[in-house]
Amino acid sequence: MTTAHLSGTAAPPHGAKPAGPSALLSVLRTEFRLFLREPGALFWVVVFPPALLTILGCIPSFREASADLGGRRTVDLYVPVAVLLSMIVSGVQTMPSILTGYRERGILRRLRATPARPHHLLTAQIVLHGCASAASVLLVLAIGRLAFDVSLPGQLAGYLVAAALTAGAALSLGAVLSAIARTTKIAQTVGTLAFFPMMFTAGVWLPVQAMPDTLRHLVEFTPFGAASQALDQAATGSWPGWTHLGVTALWTAVFVWTAVRRFRWE
Amino acid sequence: MCARWPLRHARAMPLIEVSGLRKEYEGRPVVDGVSFCVEEGEIFGVLGPNGAGKTTTVECVEGLRTPDAGRVRVAGLDPVADHDDVAQLLGAQLQESRLQPKITVREALRMYSAFYRQPADWRALAAKLGLQDRLDVRFGTLSGGQKQRLFIALALVGSPRAVVLDELTTGLDPRARRTVWELVEDIRDSGVTVLLVTHLMEEAQRLCDRVAVIDGGRLAALGTPAELISQKADPTVIAFTPSQPLPEGELSALPGARSVRTQGPRVTLHGTDETVDALLTTLARRRITAGQLRVKDASLDDAFLDLTGNESAAPRPAHAHQENLT
Repeated sequence: MTTAHLSGTAAPPHGAKPAGPSALLSVLRTEFRLFLREPGALFWVVVFPPALLTILGCIPSFREASADLGGRRTVDLYVPVAVLLSMIVSGVQTMPSILTGYRERGILRRLRATPARPHHLLTAQIVLHGCASAASVLLVLAIGRLAFDVSLPGQLAGYLVAAALTAGAALSLGAVLSAIARTTKIAQTVGTLAFFPMMFTAGVWLPVQAMPDTLRHLVEFTPFGAASQALDQAATGSWPGWTHLGVTALWTAVFVWTAVRRFRWE
Repeated sequence: MCARWPLRHARAMPLIEVSGLRKEYEGRPVVDGVSFCVEEGEIFGVLGPNGAGKTTTVECVEGLRTPDAGRVRVAGLDPVADHDDVAQLLGAQLQESRLQPKITVREALRMYSAFYRQPADWRALAAKLGLQDRLDVRFGTLSGGQKQRLFIALALVGSPRAVVLDELTTGLDPRARRTVWELVEDIRDSGVTVLLVTHLMEEAQRLCDRVAVIDGGRLAALGTPAELISQKADPTVIAFTPSQPLPEGELSALPGARSVRTQGPRVTLHGTDETVDALLTTLARRRITAGQLRVKDASLDDAFLDLTGNESAAPRPAHAHQENLT
């Protein structure tokens, strides 16, 4: 080649290697680095829930067994709440504003003009937010066990199933929000508005187990109320109730279906 | 079907073929029967006023939109049905597209090069585009010219056979624009075909081997910039300051003269080569000297104004106080 060629090195023949898995890995690696550059998101997803549990656990009365809670301590009930908190913040607050921003800036559209697909970016974001939640959950469980003597989940398999379903519900609800919100501002506003009822049903202000019966039965039909109950049951050593798992799974299915139908790349 | 396709190219398969392309948004046709072919190795311009359907046309070529009717082929492949294969050989720079604000130049180049079967060496590419000192700079802090050079790099990182550049220099200052123009010529010289969307006539005249003019979703003209200019009825512009006033009627009666404009003592005459000869004869006969005499070819800009905006509602740029004589 004698001309000043901008096309770079000479190309080997076509069909040398497929673009699929390496494209996804490359997007995942890049998005992971970008995720680490967002201190705000990292704080709310990874630091805040364990910090909240620590603060509540430092209140002496929360470490005393209560007859109202069937002889359990308030701090025992706040471990699943902190777990839910990290998943809701990650799925419903952080992820939608990133994804709507990517759509607004034409980043998804630009990826459509390459052999990679924009769903690689979606997959990467879901995986990253899922992993960040998982890290937060491990921190919460570790702090609960080491600092406040909260026993680790008694029914580990049941806990993993419940936690996976809960994360699925939170991330798929976030995907719905990303699908229907046209701008980042709308996504953030709706995310914040939805945050408070979700936190209530998850039991942040009043643990679901401590709610009056009628309210508790209603809350158990919401995605995070049911998830909260399932996590708590698995934590205390029994297999989570199929109703609670079923309710969470059903909501997740509805969210996924809506997100897939409504999502726009531009 | 390739409208007005020169015979000498008839045997080679065009790299990009657009034929009878039609695209509607909400029942309103945005592209209505556009046909053209892009030959391997040329810079092909798609020109037109804002809203003419240029971007929609190239988005159909890129496979970002599905045509309502007509046929689009890139190297014989359907951009929608064979999306992955077309994306391997067609690089793109999209209008008004951005990257993640905190992604660095290095990360963007490395990520995009992983998408392609035969990526170019992105370090060499960055060096050729003058980005070698900017590799660790975040996208959000790059200047406008650097962003556009990065987008050119991302369009080229897959070693494509053709690139689509949509409004590449919009918003750049004149110096950055000239740098980008040189880069586009380098791309063509390296054997990569360029499909260039622009509304800047200066850019098209400087860069394009051939242009398609689109107006109101339809193809208004197709040819080399020189052909489009010479198709004008008045391809020559004569400007001078006569030593004595000349009766205007006499100027407009000159053979080939299409329009006469006077601004103070200065006279501007649109016509043909014949008009120039006749004018010089007339001036000599009347013993009038022509001060600051300038004779030049009409620009693509002039041809463009003739070709577009006549029947459509698109606003026509102000055309000075020109008196059309025919």
